[in-house]
Amino acid sequence: MMSEKVTLVDHVEAINWNRLQDEKDLEVWDRLTSNFWLPEKVPLSNDVPSWKTLTDEEKQLTMRVFTGLTLLDTIQGTVGAVSLLPDAVTAHEEAVYTNIAFMESVHAKSYSSIFSTLSSTREIDEVFRWAAENPHLQKKAKIVMSYYQGDDPLKKKVASTLLESFLFYSGFYLPMYWASRAKLTNTADLIRLIIRDEAVHGYYIGYKFQRGLEKESPERQQELKDYTFDLLYELYENEVQYTHSLYDSVGLSEDVKKFLHYNANKALMNLGYEAMFPASVTNVSPAILSALSPNADENHDFFSGSGSSYVIGKAVNTEDEDWDF
Amino acid sequence: MEKFAEETTGDFADLEHLTINPLIVYFSSISENTHKFVVKTGVRSVRLPLKTSDESPEVNEPFVLCVPSYGRPGGSGSIPPQAVKFLNNPVNREHLAGVIGAGNTNFGELYCVAADKVAAKCHVPVLYKFELMGTAEDVSKVRDGLEEFWKQNSLHRI
Repeated sequence: MMSEKVTLVDHVEAINWNRLQDEKDLEVWDRLTSNFWLPEKVPLSNDVPSWKTLTDEEKQLTMRVFTGLTLLDTIQGTVGAVSLLPDAVTAHEEAVYTNIAFMESVHAKSYSSIFSTLSSTREIDEVFRWAAENPHLQKKAKIVMSYYQGDDPLKKKVASTLLESFLFYSGFYLPMYWASRAKLTNTADLIRLIIRDEAVHGYYIGYKFQRGLEKESPERQQELKDYTFDLLYELYENEVQYTHSLYDSVGLSEDVKKFLHYNANKALMNLGYEAMFPASVTNVSPAILSALSPNADENHDFFSGSGSSYVIGKAVNTEDEDWDF
Repeated sequence: MEKFAEETTGDFADLEHLTINPLIVYFSSISENTHKFVVKTGVRSVRLPLKTSDESPEVNEPFVLCVPSYGRPGGSGSIPPQAVKFLNNPVNREHLAGVIGAGNTNFGELYCVAADKVAAKCHVPVLYKFELMGTAEDVSKVRDGLEEFWKQNSLHRI
């Protein structure tokens, strides 16, 4: 499956980080390297007692969700981010892609750490077999792979951004759900690190897409916009089916779909397009949102006069900013 | 500051349209996300310079500051230095009425941390948080909210 040759660049110059053509490269490089982590730092084994409280069905769902995520991270680490390398405009952009590719491999390995902590070899083999045979998961992989093998640099960036910012979220929902019920909380901590990384990846690849798009003719810009929305619809339809196949049994499909809409909007915004799904279908349950970001749910709409508005001055550390006062 | 009235009536619009006029000062990196959001609101705005070495503006009327966050681990260095430089001018601090944060919930508890930090440091409220370049709902909430905020707090131009 991964045997296609990667086109190598034919000319290389020594990379000079003191002469930047795009300052975003260094900013994102710094962000990614300071975010670096390894799964061994997260005490996953503390989740074993919690794992034992799940029903067999819940365990199976969790294993399946993580296997689906493993497949996506494997694609992105070994093909996706690597396929962007030949199109990089600056040497620094190449360096960022190599970091992204490596971190995707760290993510893929992290799921294995979760599996080996919580489950038996037999169950792990079983779920990987499930992944190889699940039509929706395979279709998802096939669609994305076909775009990575194409030769349009901007279309590859669209596919990559949609993977980073949209396709993961049918899976990310579940650990946030467990965390909101105080289950598998260490696993959720690890997944949050992955979620943080994917945000930077989607932001950066989407940004590079927009820089490239600026240079294109209006016709070509329209073509790429149509292409983006067509691909999103194609992936979305498949995600909805995948979601039902996973979550119907536990009654969570409708809320997962809201989470999909919410993240599809963010994927579009990363590509510079307006959000598509209206607020009425992106209202993810507050428990999930607060498992994702404890600061997202409260006190963010002072204007509405609701909730805990007008809380000034939570004790946040401001010492490292360069204040004069 | 008082809680806001339930709704705005048009009664005073004619009388006050010269004085009730919200202003957003904002920083946006070359990704342009925050810039796009501010433009969509249609609110008067001043953009801080991209380069910290460039001269920072001095604002002599009430404004809200809109800042994105650089979600770094531990939250250090999360406020754009251009915004820090701007706030180091006491005249600007004096006119700061509130903060709007731009960010991404993927950064967890560091979502919009720059807005939280500025608000805490300057003792003003965080008025709103939005993600990336904001949705249509975010835009209308901020546009209407600021108008109401200006009326309620008599943040008239000097």
